[in-house]
Amino acid sequence: MLIGQLAVRLQGLLGGVVFPAWDSRTTEDFYAAAASAMSRVQVPCHIKGAVALQVGDVRTVQGRPGVLVIDVTFPTAGPFELQEITFKNYYTAFLSIRVRQVGSPNQSSNKWITCLRDYCLMPNPHNEEGAQDYVSLYKHQMLCDMDKVLELRLILRQPSPLWLNFTLEELQFFQHGPQSPSSAFTKWLSHPAPYEQPALLLQQALPDPDKVSSEVQQMWMLTEMIRANRTTARIGRFDVSCPAASALSSLALIWP
Amino acid sequence: MLQEEEDLSLTIAHIVQKLKGSRLYSQLERQAWVSLQKPEIKLESLKEDIKEFFKISGWEKKLQNAVYSELTVFPLPRHPAAPPEHLKEPLVYMRKAQGSWEKRILKSLNSMCTELSIPLARKRPVVEQKELLNKWNEMGTDEPDLSLFRPVYAPKDFLEVLINLRNPNYENGDHLNLKTHLGLIQVPLKVKYISELKEFFIELSLNTGQLGIDDATQVPPELFENEHVRLGQKVLAEQDSAAAQQYIRQGSPTALRAELWALILNVSNQPEDLLYYEQLKSNVIQHDLLVDSLIYKDVKLTASNDDYYFVFEDYLYQVLLCFSRDTSVLGHFAYNSASPPKSYIRGKLGMEDYAVFYPPNGVIPFHGFSMYVAPLCFLYHEPSKLYQIFREMYVRFFFRLHSISSHPSGIVSLCLLFETLLQTHLPQLFYHLREIGAQPLRISFKWMVRAFSGYLATDQLLLLWDRILGYNSLEILAVLAAAVFAFRAVNLMEVTSLAAAEAVLADLSTLKVMPLLQIFLFATIT
Repeated sequence: MLIGQLAVRLQGLLGGVVFPAWDSRTTEDFYAAAASAMSRVQVPCHIKGAVALQVGDVRTVQGRPGVLVIDVTFPTAGPFELQEITFKNYYTAFLSIRVRQVGSPNQSSNKWITCLRDYCLMPNPHNEEGAQDYVSLYKHQMLCDMDKVLELRLILRQPSPLWLNFTLEELQFFQHGPQSPSSAFTKWLSHPAPYEQPALLLQQALPDPDKVSSEVQQMWMLTEMIRANRTTARIGRFDVSCPAASALSSLALIWP
Repeated sequence: MLQEEEDLSLTIAHIVQKLKGSRLYSQLERQAWVSLQKPEIKLESLKEDIKEFFKISGWEKKLQNAVYSELTVFPLPRHPAAPPEHLKEPLVYMRKAQGSWEKRILKSLNSMCTELSIPLARKRPVVEQKELLNKWNEMGTDEPDLSLFRPVYAPKDFLEVLINLRNPNYENGDHLNLKTHLGLIQVPLKVKYISELKEFFIELSLNTGQLGIDDATQVPPELFENEHVRLGQKVLAEQDSAAAQQYIRQGSPTALRAELWALILNVSNQPEDLLYYEQLKSNVIQHDLLVDSLIYKDVKLTASNDDYYFVFEDYLYQVLLCFSRDTSVLGHFAYNSASPPKSYIRGKLGMEDYAVFYPPNGVIPFHGFSMYVAPLCFLYHEPSKLYQIFREMYVRFFFRLHSISSHPSGIVSLCLLFETLLQTHLPQLFYHLREIGAQPLRISFKWMVRAFSGYLATDQLLLLWDRILGYNSLEILAVLAAAVFAFRAVNLMEVTSLAAAEAVLADLSTLKVMPLLQIFLFATIT
């Protein structure tokens, strides 16, 4: 039983040892690892549509509004500690955020506090610089503590009249996740399953579990080393690929 | 503060991951093992002793150069939420424009292929292989019939695409208003003002010595030239990439240029590189690609007709044919807004397992492509080293000159920078040229796309490319183009048509690059 489990898990390990030729998947692993190290959990939110703030009658006044307000509520999650906000910018120049938190017990109403004032997303509102960047805002950049967030109000400003629209896309909010456990493998191998039914194994004349587990440990270490050394540098000096002879002779060049 | 630390550790981890599989890593490991035999290395302080050994033996310098090279070439790791396309090009409409441009190129290539019924790739018969191997060093004597081939596109076609580039979120009025640009480029990218350019190119200022100005015959060499050459020799002895890049901003002495460029581009002549080049050569001999004919045609049309470069025709074939088979070039598409075209084995259309990149390096040559290689032939005589230098220059700089991107060194930004500089500092000239229907960009575009290769005299061109390497940016091309217009402004004010304007600017071979740049940047009254 024990050996069968070992074999299955080893296969899974070895299957993951691949030297990539040219792709960016290894960078993905990187960020996944980094993200799990940061241990954050996305908080489900309800984002209300952007409301433009304009002086005067919307119909008669010419020109586009330069200020938009986006309200974000968290109906399913209770007051939580905000860790990180990520979004994709779309031509917003400045961002301010106001937060409403659970107040102290003696206060009757919850007040709105500004936690981020005029954060610059586009250094020059007339140029494209920073216009479509992905941005992360962290707890330590806020002006106040974000311990018990109830609602957020994002105030977007775009003073330049050159742009037709501006907004923020792919808004996501994160809170602290549980402490990230060490990799499942190490646990599994550092606390091997206790001796179950040793009598059964001896009867089946299987090899000594101690010896097998030490060999497996060595093999595991080797594969972990290779895995850790997984690299994006090219290995192949001899993997120059040239299209096969007649196979490409009459073909349609397809644009993917 | 926390964020910067996190970014730094991510960058470090990123670079370590890239370097771990490289040859340098295994060499360092081997050196460390070998050093254990030395008496200086003691077991108690093993780590520090080995580090000291690396420092003394010069291996630390090599590692520093490799890290510096990685930092310069690859953009910083992106935001975790950003998809890979965002690293290639952050603006969505530019990605789309690049995609449709590529579709057009492929359509043109495809139609040429079917018209002439020539296969995209075929294996050479053994007889032909032997013949090519014998003639490898003199492929220029070959006179294949290339009359039916035409270049896939020329710079002026590309210019039309750039002129029609529009941001859908931008107020592009049909009528001329305050918001439309007066030039040809209508996208509002960030370009540097002249004050920012003055700061950026501070080493070109009037009170700093320059090769190209201060080594003229009238200037006694003791003032600047001798000291500069001595400094260059020291930099080469130290083998430090970063120092070489800083040094070359003031120009490189002719005798040291080849080594300096190799140091900056982190190209060393290892036996593995020679082997790699031989491998590519054997690929050329075994298979014949359609792009080979395009390369032949391009060399015959451009470099062979040039007074300076026709002698290097054979070298150009040897480099370019191998270049189109080099799959390591595919790595640069991670930060290039372009994507390599894919083709499918016959009968297996759309199945990813049967897809290959065509040409193997993903780059389709256009009219004038061979001019990127030609000036390098003056510096390097060994084909494998010449090849490596060209490949490094291409994946660092030249690819930006023919793909649509918002990068500050991309061709769109260069065109906008040129037009902005001209409008700001020569408004009368700009207005006059616009009125007669001779938009200045129509004349200067071909200079910038080719990085002035084939238009300037070779020594001047190499001085210009020194600065491109030194500043790691192509913006100097736009500044030079504006400086040329400023220089010939008086004549240009008198022309009355596009053809006449082109005639005034037809011959740049007598121009001296560095004085023009200095005057335009630092001595023009703004």
